[in-house]
Amino acid sequence: MKAKLMMGGVLALASTCLFAAGSESVVAARLKTDFHTKGIAKVERLDQDPVQILCSTPDLDSVPQAQQFALEKQQRAEIKYPADGKYLGDWKKGEILAQDGRGNTWSDTPETPIGGNCYNCHRISPQEISFGTIGPSLYQYGKKKGYTEARQKEAYGRIYNSKAFNLCAPMPRFGHVGALTEAQIKDLVALLLDPESPVNK
Amino acid sequence: MKGRLLISAAVVSLGMAGMAWSQGNSATAEIEKYREMLGDGNPAELFEMDGEALWATARGPKNASLQKCDLGLGAGVVKGAYAQMPRYFADSDKVEDLESRLMTCMVKLQGFDRAELSKKPFGTANYKSDMEALVAYVVGQSRGMPMAVPTAHPKEKAAFELGKQIFFYRAGPYDFSCATCHAMTDARIRMQDLPDLTSPAGSQRAYTSWPAYRVSQSLFRSFQWRLNDCFRQQRFPEPTYASESTIALTSYLATMANGATYQGPGIKR
Repeated sequence: MKAKLMMGGVLALASTCLFAAGSESVVAARLKTDFHTKGIAKVERLDQDPVQILCSTPDLDSVPQAQQFALEKQQRAEIKYPADGKYLGDWKKGEILAQDGRGNTWSDTPETPIGGNCYNCHRISPQEISFGTIGPSLYQYGKKKGYTEARQKEAYGRIYNSKAFNLCAPMPRFGHVGALTEAQIKDLVALLLDPESPVNK
Repeated sequence: MKGRLLISAAVVSLGMAGMAWSQGNSATAEIEKYREMLGDGNPAELFEMDGEALWATARGPKNASLQKCDLGLGAGVVKGAYAQMPRYFADSDKVEDLESRLMTCMVKLQGFDRAELSKKPFGTANYKSDMEALVAYVVGQSRGMPMAVPTAHPKEKAAFELGKQIFFYRAGPYDFSCATCHAMTDARIRMQDLPDLTSPAGSQRAYTSWPAYRVSQSLFRSFQWRLNDCFRQQRFPEPTYASESTIALTSYLATMANGATYQGPGIKR
């Protein structure tokens, strides 16, 4: 009887999480059967890390906060800050990078430069009126938040790995996954926090 | 003529909803106006006519037409069928969306090879897709009908649940899921409005305007194409045409749109 109840519990759990007997969820197994590699987009991209698994929960409010904080902390520990301790690059290069939304799709090649995709979701320089609204406006970021080194480091960290600060944020982990280099992230930090950047004019 | 009037009425109402929705956003309003203008003669009608002729033409190794194809409402019934898909089909013992079902019929009635049919389902500038023409015809026959996707069969329930899990599945280099872009109201990517597909209003508005004629590509696009290109931008690998996952995701989205009037084929930028 007890064994039966326990099994029932396990089954109930399995059906809510859609997890199979192994470690892989039913949905992951289904997707890996139904999707195939095309160009640079390999089928292995469907493998999830712990952050992706947790953030795939339809109702995020049901995920214990402690669990989210623990993963955020782990992500923060993995951020590689610049060894030279400098965070500000060239805002002009940052603007070009922010504009570029290409890279990493199956219609791109390994040679396609990977863009920052920033304007897809954020308002940034006031001259660019074609901006998305998934993320907050970054216009006047430095003017509002201040130009301190602590701010620069924070911006660097958020671009490197947004999930280290807000676990299930929509924003990619550009540095963490190697989409952007240290120098590129510095250029984006400059776009936000160089007093000469149009963002702060 | 009557069809035309209906289309323009549908597009005008869409346009107005769009304009109220994007108040203070002149670029979006301009796109809506453009769409409204074009709606008077949606080029999708040309694809509908092609598809209607194809439906009635004897083709394939068995030299048969599709006129005995059962899209869920009985053999040969096209009127209103799309507004009730995806659905469970007893003969194939699975849930099928329109494109899967058309292939099932083309295999069974006409003797075509399913793998062959799946190879090039999407048209290009130099290649006309039979599948997309057939899709245009069938969906056009549901214009003005209420979306009523059945959910009673256990396999329909399972498809909806799987589709929901896929909608929220985050993976790939950018951690994107469908929900990353389609779970908030009034959001845009660059200038493109993003429907909130987790809300009935958002998913009704979006789902009922697909499949559609794509002005920028001068092509008619099926729902499988819509999903395929979303996954491309999501930086995912490619979904296999009419695979269980894509049908399940369609089941989720179509069921969310239940109750709304089907307005397609639509017209997109």
